[in-house]
Amino acid sequence: MYNLLIGGAAGQGIDTTAAILEKLFKASGYNVFSIKDFMSRVRGGHNFSLMRFGAQPVYSHSEILDGIIALDNDTVKLHKNSLKEKGFILCDTELTAEDERMLKINMNDIAKKIGNPRVAGSISVGAVLKLFGESLQHVEKILKTSVKPDYFAMNIEAVKAGYDAVENRFRHIDGKYADNMLISGTDAVALGAAAAGVKFYSAYPMSPSTGIMESLAAKSNKAQIVVEQAEDEIAAVNMAIGASYAGVCAMTGTSGGGFSLMVEALGFSGIAEIPLVVIDVQRPGPATGLPTRTEQSDLDFVRSASQGEFPRMVIALRSAQDAFYQTMRAVDIAERYQIPVIVLSDQYLGDSLSTVELFDPKRIKPARPSSSYTGEEYLRYRYSESGVSPRLIPGKSGQAVVIADSDEHDEKGHITESAEVRTKMVDKRMKKLINLSKELAEPDFIGEEKFNVLLLGWGSLWGPIKEAVELLNKDGDRKYAALVFGDIYPLPKKVLQEKAETAEYIINIEQNATGQLAKLICEETNIVFDGSVLKYDGRQLSGEEIALRIRKGEIKND
Amino acid sequence: MTEKFCTYETAWCPGCGNFPIIDCLKTALEELDKDPSTVLVAAGIGQAAKTPQYINTNAFCGLHGRSLPAAVAAKIANENLTVIVNTGDGDSYGEGGNHFLHNIRRNVDITHFVHDNQIYGLTKGQASPTSMTGLVTGVQVDGNFNEPLNPVLLAIAAGAGFVARAFSGKKEHLIKIMKKAINYKGYALVDILQPCVSFNKLNTFGWYNKRVYELPEEYETNNKIAAMSMAMEFGDRIPIGIIYEQEKPVYHSKNKILANGGPLVDRQTDTAVIEELLKSYI
Repeated sequence: MYNLLIGGAAGQGIDTTAAILEKLFKASGYNVFSIKDFMSRVRGGHNFSLMRFGAQPVYSHSEILDGIIALDNDTVKLHKNSLKEKGFILCDTELTAEDERMLKINMNDIAKKIGNPRVAGSISVGAVLKLFGESLQHVEKILKTSVKPDYFAMNIEAVKAGYDAVENRFRHIDGKYADNMLISGTDAVALGAAAAGVKFYSAYPMSPSTGIMESLAAKSNKAQIVVEQAEDEIAAVNMAIGASYAGVCAMTGTSGGGFSLMVEALGFSGIAEIPLVVIDVQRPGPATGLPTRTEQSDLDFVRSASQGEFPRMVIALRSAQDAFYQTMRAVDIAERYQIPVIVLSDQYLGDSLSTVELFDPKRIKPARPSSSYTGEEYLRYRYSESGVSPRLIPGKSGQAVVIADSDEHDEKGHITESAEVRTKMVDKRMKKLINLSKELAEPDFIGEEKFNVLLLGWGSLWGPIKEAVELLNKDGDRKYAALVFGDIYPLPKKVLQEKAETAEYIINIEQNATGQLAKLICEETNIVFDGSVLKYDGRQLSGEEIALRIRKGEIKND
Repeated sequence: MTEKFCTYETAWCPGCGNFPIIDCLKTALEELDKDPSTVLVAAGIGQAAKTPQYINTNAFCGLHGRSLPAAVAAKIANENLTVIVNTGDGDSYGEGGNHFLHNIRRNVDITHFVHDNQIYGLTKGQASPTSMTGLVTGVQVDGNFNEPLNPVLLAIAAGAGFVARAFSGKKEHLIKIMKKAINYKGYALVDILQPCVSFNKLNTFGWYNKRVYELPEEYETNNKIAAMSMAMEFGDRIPIGIIYEQEKPVYHSKNKILANGGPLVDRQTDTAVIEELLKSYI
């Protein structure tokens, strides 16, 4: 397993170089996992991309580096302490920073000789390939899809020049991942939506959720999806509700700030029983917070957002696979229960790339509304055992007219203030939770069957927690296991209670300051926590950091 | 009234301007030979926004100020629906002001009938965006001192293709305007002046009736500058009729996906396309 950092200022081409290398490593058979750490600015500052690759599965990032590509002096200064003793810092001879591990090549001069200073990035690509024992066999194929045709020949020449400029240091290991997908959480959500039959996506740009809208827009003509940039998030969510009412599978996406504007409509979806899927790609709040960084601090908020009481579901995404399949499932559940389903992602998951098996769009077949009804008069909100009433599509169901109402209403949909109808309608809606609770997915169990310490987490900490459990179980007397929640509200309790009973210690691991999962579990069970590992600086916990903090006993007690 | 679109018991005050407006809407739909199951009447919240409750069509009673985004999305979903928004001046120009502006830009083929009584009725008599200066209310105790919005002028300036003003007291004229607005291809705004008998003691039936006059036959509706001047006439005399009309490309023709292939609601997801997209990530 190798770990490479590419760092520099915004606008220096980190993303392009990283994207080419990620593709090249995957093409050579490696499993790749990469994250982006960038500031909220278009030029300058310090940004980096962190890329792990190897022949075995990779679930998260690591802070122990084998190599650094430094595009500026800051990169050397900020990251050299994370570099292994035998690691390298590849950079141009113009850099003034000093370190005995530096590997300086006059990339800028070579690039100028080749004909364009911008091909310097490709020189570093070539050098990295040589250092890690890779061949040049996939270079032409990958560059064809990554650079403009006019610059193709120059870039090939640059890769070769870089390759020839250094000696090999690390050994290539054969992996079996060349035919897998290399995909970000963001793209996986967009594809999940498209596969689920979403035909209308309305949103207002907000980091880190904008990528979903852009990804769907790029696919919109092929997949026949109308992507509408709304004037604000209130419009975005009300548009999604309007399209859904009219029979089109619809979705909206935002981050916490935009979600705050959507909350009234969330309750509208609840009372009017109009299927709605909202994805909240979390970033650190409150208010503007840290726009381009990560946090898991919206759980409390989304599970109680909007006035009044109505059934809802919250699903947290744990991985790129989850991002695809759980988005499909969210669409299906929203339709079958006629409720709002909130999908929680975050910047870490959205922006990270991972190598995954090709998704199967046929695994989940989302439900669609019916086009006929039985009975003499069509009643949109007919009382039923399950709480779900027949949903017809306006203009598509014979002579029936379909009424949607944000006021309390009778079975037909007409406004009412009857105490009896009100009580029956609230009961009808809340009854949906009975069947929903039966199909909740239990949390993912990780680690040894016989354990002393149970770690509890949710969402995108799945990967880091998985790696932490592996690290912790490598040595020491205590054995560790973890439960990582995907379906999180309503809270699936069966496996949680089983495992909690046998645990000597229970520790929650969360990317927030108040332990929101622990709070939810305390509300709903009698489980007591012995400590917590919390982080809220906008940077994701790594498996190493979790293991270290647990070993040191640096756990913050609630 | 009409059998097709039914008559319901309402919660409006006797003498409310909403009665003639809903009667005219039913007559207009009947005369246009619309089928109730293909019409969607949408609204937000307010006295006027109760309109969808009192007409036999598909009905969308949404959130305060948010009827426009929901209505345009319903039209995007199914172009075969006749989508009409009936709601008040507060819902349309106050709480929903941003949506009003931006849906003019989208130009989705829907009709927007604003029941404009220059007051908030549902919340019992506070100033609305169109209230005149000097109007004394329970909140504006020293008289409203904010400039009233001129929605007709604003809509023309923002690029709307069909902008009209009407009066609930001139029913034949209102029906004629409503039919033209519904038939117009694109976003059509009709600002319908109506008295609020309970709360607006300034702009009464008599106040409007004395001032409104129908635009003459020879008035040319396609001159934007002239239309803006006409829209600004709101005082001793108030012109009613189509102030501005211009053909414009509608959303459904501008959007490549909607322009071909029939209503979005009828389109199926092609698994082969999804598989091809997935494979592009290998």
